[in-house]
Amino acid sequence: MRIAGFLLLTAGWVIVTSALFLLSAGARAAFVVAGIAVQILGLIFSIRTHRVMESERD
Amino acid sequence: MLCFVLILLVPFAGAGLALVNSGLGRCRSAAHVMLASLCVVGVSALVYVAVGFSWQGAIGRPAHSALIGAKPWNWIAAQPFFLRGMSLDVSTDSLVVLLQIFSVGLAAIIPLSAGSDRWRLGAACASSGVLAGWTYPLFAHWVWGGGWLSQLGANSGLGRGLVDGGGASTIQVVGGLTALAITWILGPRHGKFSSDGVPAAIPGHNAILVLAGCFAAWIGWIALNSAGAVLFAAVTTQKLVLIAINTTLSAVASALTAALITRVKFGRPDASLTANGWIGGLVASSAAAAFLKPAAAILVGGIAGALILGAIDLMEARLAIDDPGGAVAVHAVGGILGLLAVSVSEAQQSGQFLAQLAGVSTLVGFVLPLTYGLNWLLDRFYPQRVNAEGERQGMDLYELGAGAYPEFVVHSEEFSQRWN
Repeated sequence: MRIAGFLLLTAGWVIVTSALFLLSAGARAAFVVAGIAVQILGLIFSIRTHRVMESERD
Repeated sequence: MLCFVLILLVPFAGAGLALVNSGLGRCRSAAHVMLASLCVVGVSALVYVAVGFSWQGAIGRPAHSALIGAKPWNWIAAQPFFLRGMSLDVSTDSLVVLLQIFSVGLAAIIPLSAGSDRWRLGAACASSGVLAGWTYPLFAHWVWGGGWLSQLGANSGLGRGLVDGGGASTIQVVGGLTALAITWILGPRHGKFSSDGVPAAIPGHNAILVLAGCFAAWIGWIALNSAGAVLFAAVTTQKLVLIAINTTLSAVASALTAALITRVKFGRPDASLTANGWIGGLVASSAAAAFLKPAAAILVGGIAGALILGAIDLMEARLAIDDPGGAVAVHAVGGILGLLAVSVSEAQQSGQFLAQLAGVSTLVGFVLPLTYGLNWLLDRFYPQRVNAEGERQGMDLYELGAGAYPEFVVHSEEFSQRWN
């Protein structure tokens, strides 16, 4: 579960960096925002996983 | 020479953080936190000199580049191990090395706060070795060593590339995200959360240490922001007074905001949270102190104070993250705010916000998984959390054999309250 969260974090980062390396100024901002949105999803996923793991540990 | 003198004051920042971390933990782990601070600074300095600087390097020194989109992107330095080939005089490169040795120690102290009362000394040292040898130098190369984040300006037309004068990203957010990874790996202290997830208050044991640490950190941060801006952001020494003023204004605005919020919320200002606000204000000033106007620095500090308090509350009450010193909120959240604050400065060019955002994305999408993965791997071979008996006795007695305050009377409820 947590690995999936981290994969989303990294996937979002790859989208952001690819946009910055390869795209022109017009499309770049939209892809950066999309990448950040994927990272926010990944962060939420990682945090929820942590909560579930803690409740199972108790 | 002025830069050299400033760098010599940077260890005050580490001393301040160590005092804050010790005061915010329990009294039965106070000596352990201080000793661990000293040990992780030692380990990180050794590992950084041995291998870390080889990956980080400095602007204009040998590095590996990759061609992407017909442009060269510098991704890792190619320096010899053990600083071989460096002339360690008062040249810019040697000042960079000296500042980095202190900076990596500062970054290594940050996670100690999150692992307080349960993180084994040996594991903390091993983890700081990993931080100083790989995580920190790699990211610091991208920002300060002429790496791809700093090239975003020249190669992609994004302002000046990622700008971070005092280490908001390289030191603070890297340390803060490592603290988050450590809290996830260690889990909460015994008795911190009830079975239905309600957090219990475990107050810090010594507000005097905490507040004295704030004063020490203040001196260190002014020196760090000043030396960093001169060495890494091409700021002239004419701006040193502005940097000191902005660093101070950001810290006081953040601390006063925290004091005001806790006064409204609890009826009295809270010393621990106000201290967190102070440190958070210093952190938020790190990237942009050389570029902001004083009014903007006050605004950034005020936002930092409110944001950090909100983040501490959110992490403890809703996200089940037991971070006794608030390291994740103070250093990760405060650092990200500081990084983004650079783009509101008038001196920055268009596209600067995207460059700063790319830095934040890299921290969250690369540094967090990397530091979690490395520490998780370390935990498989060398368990990081002390056993239940050690946690019950306290880290001072269990790992050091003596308490920090041998003449103090320890009341029985200190032990029994959290365990019944």
